[in-house]
Amino acid sequence: MATHSRIQNAIDTDLSHKTALAAPQPKRQFNQSSLWEIVPAAFGVLWLVFSFYPVLYMLFTSLQSQQYLFTDVPWSFPSHPTLENYVTVLENGFFTYFANTVFVTVVSVFVILVVSLLAAYAISQARSRYTRNIFNLFLLGLAIPLQATIIPIYAIVSDLHLYDTLFALILPSIAFGIPLSILVLVTYIRDIPRELHESMLLDGANHWRILYNLVLPLSRPAIITVIIYETIQVWNSYLFPLVLTQSQSVAVLPLSLANFRGQFTTNVPAILAAVFLSATPIILLYVFGRRQLLGGLVAGFSK
Amino acid sequence: MSAIMKVPKTARRSNWFAVLWTAPALIFYVAFAIIPLFIALYYSFTRWNGLAPATWIGLGNWRALFSDQVTLTSLSLTIQVMVISWIVQTPISMLLGVFMAGKQLYRSVFGVLYFIPLLFSAVAIALTWQNMLDPNFGVVNPLLSAIGLSGLTRVWLGDPHLAFYVVMVIVSWQFIPFHALLYLGGARQIPKELYEAATIDGGGRIQNFFAITLPQLKYTIITSTTLIFTGSLTYFDLFWVTTQGGPGYATRVLPLQMYITAFLNEQVGYGSMVAVVLAAFGIALSFILLRFSGFSKMSSQLEGL
Repeated sequence: MATHSRIQNAIDTDLSHKTALAAPQPKRQFNQSSLWEIVPAAFGVLWLVFSFYPVLYMLFTSLQSQQYLFTDVPWSFPSHPTLENYVTVLENGFFTYFANTVFVTVVSVFVILVVSLLAAYAISQARSRYTRNIFNLFLLGLAIPLQATIIPIYAIVSDLHLYDTLFALILPSIAFGIPLSILVLVTYIRDIPRELHESMLLDGANHWRILYNLVLPLSRPAIITVIIYETIQVWNSYLFPLVLTQSQSVAVLPLSLANFRGQFTTNVPAILAAVFLSATPIILLYVFGRRQLLGGLVAGFSK
Repeated sequence: MSAIMKVPKTARRSNWFAVLWTAPALIFYVAFAIIPLFIALYYSFTRWNGLAPATWIGLGNWRALFSDQVTLTSLSLTIQVMVISWIVQTPISMLLGVFMAGKQLYRSVFGVLYFIPLLFSAVAIALTWQNMLDPNFGVVNPLLSAIGLSGLTRVWLGDPHLAFYVVMVIVSWQFIPFHALLYLGGARQIPKELYEAATIDGGGRIQNFFAITLPQLKYTIITSTTLIFTGSLTYFDLFWVTTQGGPGYATRVLPLQMYITAFLNEQVGYGSMVAVVLAAFGIALSFILLRFSGFSKMSSQLEGL
């Protein structure tokens, strides 16, 4: 619980934090304290330029027309902005890639959530040596680089005749999403007062009932965190599609971006329009749920 | 008395329940994460092109590793990635986190923009930077020329002495916002009273930073360090899309070497050996960092289960 409130605090940019200035400083200290405002501000602005400029570049260039690409000043807003690049991208299979990515992400995240929730509930409630060992086994998964398992995964997926299908991406994505989800859910569910659980048991409720009526409502923030974090992970993943799929018809967005580069070669504006479009759902997530999204990103790490 | 009689029965029943309810997660996880790890270990003792039956060659691949300059270089590059990532990302992330934790409104607004790089996939980031750095239609070289530094223009990703460091800049750009977010959380947790007391005692800002902020951020530093070190082993997407490991072998980090060996050169056995090195590295590193860190608090909390 502490974890969670801390995350919320961390990302809470509530304006009410801005408190009234302290009593006026003695004049002697004036120069010093204004220096202490300028140095961090300068650092902040410098980082802002470095951090945000590439995003601006992406946006500006995606609106640039091919014709003026070499004549306009490259870092300024296009003199003749156009949406033609977005049209080009949309006409080149973008909707297929988008739909594939949505399918893989929704199915993976749904399964991750359901199986992790069941496991996390059992681990928090049963508290036996068995569940402790199982939990440690899941935690081990946080240390396994998925890159190290890709060769056998390729072999397994081929043996299952799933190579070059969307299910080839879904199965390993689920496996690698489970450890962190269980960690986040267990740390949360464990804090639900045991008395509530026991009194429901005494009333004759079974585990399904308790999960549905007690655990689900009380662990909602953790569930949202898992959904957001895993959505970003699956949405942006590249190695699984690179190794496990081949056809355009099952390409997902990160893979299609790399393909667009091959297809459009020097049509930089179109490539950057594709880059921007590929991130739109996540950008929308940020616009509408910044606190939860940032909380999701640090989930399970801020201890 | 009834309580005493109930215990064993409940325990047995709750064990069945635990086995059943953890089973679905366990099946996915074991089938596609744990078993592949052991299969990779098995493959690492074979010579196999992925099609014909694999031949058991015992320690053959492992012995070859010690005279294989390409793989050893990629191992050394991966270690450099870890070290450079830590040295560059830790101080900047910490300063940014402390900066954003400040009360001033503009700092919160900056924070909203700082986190935007987190939204893009590594492929998207790689393509954006690759185009910015392109010597023909990019933006970095013209910018340098415009401010009178045309002597500094380079073929950024095509220069074997430079490419690795350029990719490290992109890596920093991608990951510093995340670590800054961790430090922001840590900095917000520091009790304000500590600073008030120190200021009354006449402590200056820099003094306060070293006497209060830094020690108070201890656990954040450990968490962030663990994530930087283990994360450094997994950089594949960014390196692959920007440079494909080139020019030459200049940016061919361990995951790239694994991918190229197994999937492009069709030496699946040898590539698996590289994968096992990667996994062993990751697991060993996590255990060492867990031992030495406050992260072990996590397991002591579990003790209380």
